[in-house]
Amino acid sequence: MANYDFAVVGGGLVGSAIAYGLCGEGHRVVVMDEGDVAYRASRGNFGLVWIQSKGLGMPNYSDWSQSSSRLWLELAPELKELTGIDVQHQRSGGVHICHTEREWLQRRETMDRLSRETEGRFHFEMLDHRALASLVPAIGGDVFGASWTPMDGHANPLYLLRALHAGIHQRDGEYRRGGPVRRIARDGGAFRLERDGESVHCQRVVLAAGLGNRGLAEQVGLEAPLLPNRGEVMITERVAPLLDIPTTYLRQTGEGSLQIGDSHEDVGMNDGTRTEVLADIAQRALRAFPRLRDVRIVRSWGALRVMTPDGCPIYQASVTHPGAYLACCHSGVTLAAAHAKRLAPWIGGGEYPEEIVPLTAERFHVRVSETA
Amino acid sequence: MFAYLKRPEEGRTVTIEYEGRKLIARAGDTVAAALLASGIDRFRSTPVSQSPRGPWCMMGACFDCLLEIDGVPNRQGCQVTVVEGMTVRSQQGARRVSP
Repeated sequence: MANYDFAVVGGGLVGSAIAYGLCGEGHRVVVMDEGDVAYRASRGNFGLVWIQSKGLGMPNYSDWSQSSSRLWLELAPELKELTGIDVQHQRSGGVHICHTEREWLQRRETMDRLSRETEGRFHFEMLDHRALASLVPAIGGDVFGASWTPMDGHANPLYLLRALHAGIHQRDGEYRRGGPVRRIARDGGAFRLERDGESVHCQRVVLAAGLGNRGLAEQVGLEAPLLPNRGEVMITERVAPLLDIPTTYLRQTGEGSLQIGDSHEDVGMNDGTRTEVLADIAQRALRAFPRLRDVRIVRSWGALRVMTPDGCPIYQASVTHPGAYLACCHSGVTLAAAHAKRLAPWIGGGEYPEEIVPLTAERFHVRVSETA
Repeated sequence: MFAYLKRPEEGRTVTIEYEGRKLIARAGDTVAAALLASGIDRFRSTPVSQSPRGPWCMMGACFDCLLEIDGVPNRQGCQVTVVEGMTVRSQQGARRVSP
């Protein structure tokens, strides 16, 4: 007998946003999370709600992210109202800093291309130094300029995770922590999920286990071709307000800490840090903001992005195992609102969001020319 | 509120200044221990709500003992040893970034 309408495997930002959305539609939901031995990408997140740079070559991904950026304006106050937790969301606009004229010209070309590919739905402006300095007065004199979009913003990823968990609880969803789910078996038209010491019955199952989706998707006729990509982050001591808007690699949190990051490394399942990488991150931040020269770093960490071959998400319903769904992405904060308010309603039986139609794993299959 | 369990009668001392006041501290103590022994338990106010805070862990983890020491803001009082002539101030809210 199935106890739950839905089991969501994974209690990070992706699984929690989906579960929160499903609970909101009246489904009986259980979130099956792992313990702190899991890789926990959501706890290492940088916190950007970021639109610029996403969707090049896949305009649907830009549209999907833009939709989430707009829905964030509903999600944040809703979470505050329901749980009392302010996730510090700001849709303030954001800048991608270009240190040299060459970087600025390349950036303009990329942004132009994204705007063309989305038929103008992606809006941006290129800022020269003077325009940038009026938005970000702390910017260093050597910085050439930036790209800016009004849709970018940021939030506190840890408060977001806490608020989603609290929201699930408020909406009568259940959260269960344990070992990794090892086996998903069919049980009539329903599913049975097994992990050490526990077996859960559910009508439908959503796989949102980050890199852990790799061992689960194939059990329900889906594919999750994911690789870890490590990002390292540094946190400074808390300082008085310095930055009103976030940049691609540096933002100021609601409490005043500066968070500095945006490294990319292919190092397998290793979420540690390397001094050389941290030094590069710090050097770049200092070039952009020389005033940070005597600000102290108090923490650093590494976390593994859940990366697909093209960097875009995978959302898919299983054909062979009706009722099984897969969600994989590395943008758990940006997409949280779309996951809660559009992906979850689809999984719950509603409308298929048109933006995500091309975002199945089929796009990674080698296409054989029909005339060959 | 705080006192040494056993204070040696003879021991080297240093003089530091806290908020303009001279304090005698036991050489080798941390700044946090020296202030607590002098009856000071409110070291800072928080950056967000300006709530008062004092040392909690005394081992470098909690960052509640932040002080301005010799002109450098946000230093962990429990991780710095007292030095003759040291100037210490309470840390009020978030530090400013130098212009």
